[in-house]
Amino acid sequence: MKIVIVGCGRVGASAADLYDRNGHEVIVLDSSTVAFERLPSTFGGTAIRGDGTDEDVLRRAGAEGADVFLSLTEGDNRNVMAAQLAAEVLGARRVIAKINDPVRSTAYAELGIATVCRTGLIVDAMNAYIGLPPSGLPGLLPPSGHHDTAAHHDHDPSAASAATASAPLSTPVATREA
Amino acid sequence: MFVLVVGGGKVGYYLAKELIESGHEVALMEKDSARAHQIADEIGSIVIAHDGCEGKYLAEAGCNRADVVAAVTGDDEDNLVICQMAKHHFDVPRTIARVNNPKNEALFRHLGVDELISPTRMILGSIEQDIPVHELLHLAALGEGELELIEAHLQAGSPAIGRAPRDLSIPEGCSLFAVIRDGVAAPLRPDTVMIEGDKVIAIGKTDCQALLHEQLIGETVPAEA
Repeated sequence: MKIVIVGCGRVGASAADLYDRNGHEVIVLDSSTVAFERLPSTFGGTAIRGDGTDEDVLRRAGAEGADVFLSLTEGDNRNVMAAQLAAEVLGARRVIAKINDPVRSTAYAELGIATVCRTGLIVDAMNAYIGLPPSGLPGLLPPSGHHDTAAHHDHDPSAASAATASAPLSTPVATREA
Repeated sequence: MFVLVVGGGKVGYYLAKELIESGHEVALMEKDSARAHQIADEIGSIVIAHDGCEGKYLAEAGCNRADVVAAVTGDDEDNLVICQMAKHHFDVPRTIARVNNPKNEALFRHLGVDELISPTRMILGSIEQDIPVHELLHLAALGEGELELIEAHLQAGSPAIGRAPRDLSIPEGCSLFAVIRDGVAAPLRPDTVMIEGDKVIAIGKTDCQALLHEQLIGETVPAEA
């Protein structure tokens, strides 16, 4: 499988190494090259410095058509944006975003991306050990809806501001890489 | 109207101030507590010193009864999440996001943000209007952004000079409707012969631009990525 991982922290680096050793094609991105020091010297995948919420960076990294796309940076919102970009624009088949806020984690599962919430996973692991019942907090949630089919409202067509200029997704205007 | 503003930078601060002056009910969320207190000292207790991306605090700020949520932080991913949470989790009828990277506009629109304001693109547009280039000039985006208002300045070498619109192959879904000649605007009729120096105003789908360019500017078609 082609597996793209955004965020080479402890989780990202461990997953990248594991999947690489299991023979998968692994591409890992991080905005800091220092993060790649977490990868073992035996790592045979691709490590690319760049912003995983930037469509051009992801395309250049070869993230299009990934079988699995894992968004595992420290920022919940960066993970949400990268995951939605992967699912909606880059045609990734299975997408998981790490979202540690349980409310956002549940909300985005309803909007069509799988989410994994450290808060719920840790509390439930501890509860299981102590012998307490599960917390009810989200752990790993599969997608249960789609952003199009979620809550809908009447749109006022004039609400689209004429001052809001738009461009095709690929207009070469400014590249944000960091 | 109850407006929830998220982000207490310069934009959020002045926005909240103006809205209060126009008599609206406003709540402002700013996660940096020093900045939040600074604003609260000045404009009163409408400031919530919490992260507006977090569901719990959005709920506490009364997001579920907001008529408008304006996400104006400096980070695009935060603005996207604030608007999506407001729209889908709290049923807010109208969401507005500040977009710093113009390339994010299409994604945000696709993901359901109602209105986008891109300062970068506005300034860029303003600069481009002042540069005399042999290109189509983008004046404005219309509708959901699928239509654009375009100006073509006919200069020597343009294949349109000496011809009328009916002699050109204008792409479907595209209309040439006005001409500015010597500073005077006039309707562009099918038989109006265009001359050098004319500024032709057209409206069309963004994907007809390459053809329009070929017909009105001539020479090489700009590479469309």
